[in-house]
Amino acid sequence: MRHFGLLLTRDLRLAVRRPGQTLLPIGFFAMVTALFPLALSPRLEELRGIAPGVLWVGALLAALLSLDHLLRDDAADGTLEQLVAASESLLSLVLAKVAAHWLLTGLPLALLAPLLGAGLGVPVTAMPGVILALVLGTVCLSLLGAAAAALTLGARRGGILLTLLTLPLAVPVVIFGARATKLVIEGANAAGAFYLLAAVTVLALTLAPLATAAVLRIAVE
Amino acid sequence: MKCAYLLAVHSLGGRTAKKAANSARTDYNAGMLDVVLEVRDLRVLRGERAVLKKINLRLGVGQYLELRGANGSGKTTLLRALAGLLPIESGGVVWGGAPLATDRSAFRSESLYLGHDAPLKADFSAVENLHYWIGLRRPLQRHEIEAALSKVGLPVAAQLRPTRQLSAGQRRRVSLAALLLARVRLWLLDEPTTQLDADGQAMFAGLVAEHLRAGGIAVAAMHAPLAPAPAARQELVLAAA
Repeated sequence: MRHFGLLLTRDLRLAVRRPGQTLLPIGFFAMVTALFPLALSPRLEELRGIAPGVLWVGALLAALLSLDHLLRDDAADGTLEQLVAASESLLSLVLAKVAAHWLLTGLPLALLAPLLGAGLGVPVTAMPGVILALVLGTVCLSLLGAAAAALTLGARRGGILLTLLTLPLAVPVVIFGARATKLVIEGANAAGAFYLLAAVTVLALTLAPLATAAVLRIAVE
Repeated sequence: MKCAYLLAVHSLGGRTAKKAANSARTDYNAGMLDVVLEVRDLRVLRGERAVLKKINLRLGVGQYLELRGANGSGKTTLLRALAGLLPIESGGVVWGGAPLATDRSAFRSESLYLGHDAPLKADFSAVENLHYWIGLRRPLQRHEIEAALSKVGLPVAAQLRPTRQLSAGQRRRVSLAALLLARVRLWLLDEPTTQLDADGQAMFAGLVAEHLRAGGIAVAAMHAPLAPAPAARQELVLAAA
């Protein structure tokens, strides 16, 4: 637990020192979402139909942008080696990394979504649902992304490979997440979609950290 | 193909001398020591190639082992294999009587490996780096960190600057401070003196001597022998066949 806290505060503190890198995904998300009304049509009724898709694809791509730094920096400067040599279990490292990534990317994206959603005609009553769906979805993306980032550590240009590896894994999240968001916006009962989204997230929470920890040990070789 | 052989063992510490004085059966024990780290017939592959084969080592309390050999002779590979960062193909490593293959937990907390580059975050100061690095092993007080950094000769002003602004030698000194703070028994060091100036080299030799006096063990890959050489010094030359 002390390990987890120390590693998490380390990552958060590093992020504060590198504001450009930290704010990039959030800026990207805002830009992409803001472009749709300009490119399609300013009419809210039309935009409301595509809002779930725009928000989810934007959030997914923004989360992917920051994944490359998730483990690569630690691997490059030798920090990862030290952790592997000294720790009996890498689970606390993986969970701290995921938590830091989510706090720095997923949570800001989820909180920003209603604001951007308002520009796409998302009604105020749907805002809590939109946030909840994105909170669940981004947790899952951070978990899957960590596993993919660990797998691509050895590759020289891992960035593109990382994206290609994460996108298929993220398909269920996008399907259930966008569905839940759509139902929330329409004012319909979205419970089913939320349960499925939560189930996918719980599955990722159970399996992804174990896989990531195992892969990291091999990656330092 | 590479093979390795133990060249010389100068390992008659005070303990062995005492044994010789008080027992008639000491002939049998002569040269024996309390072996803490033992490597038996170690073989390590990189890809298909056996970089290390038939490595045998016995290191006891207060002993210093110097790994020598040309570039690419496998010094780093041996250190990394010992640190658990490379898989061991065959043979075994025994730490404190227990084989590492079955239980690494004691070894993990009692050893520290330092590679070519200091594992430092460029955006953090030396103090912050050590807080997050060695702090994972044991809780550290800030004054302890500052004392260790002063001991390895890092000026107070440099202790608080982001490490990206430090020279290579200063960064190396930060990782030597990590050795002091970690309070581990076994040091695994990969060319620890390369970036150090003359003062730094002498300071490092002093740190090693102090560590050995306190009952520690050090294994270091070196290009030039450590001077002054510790009393209990072994040398392992890794060479191309």
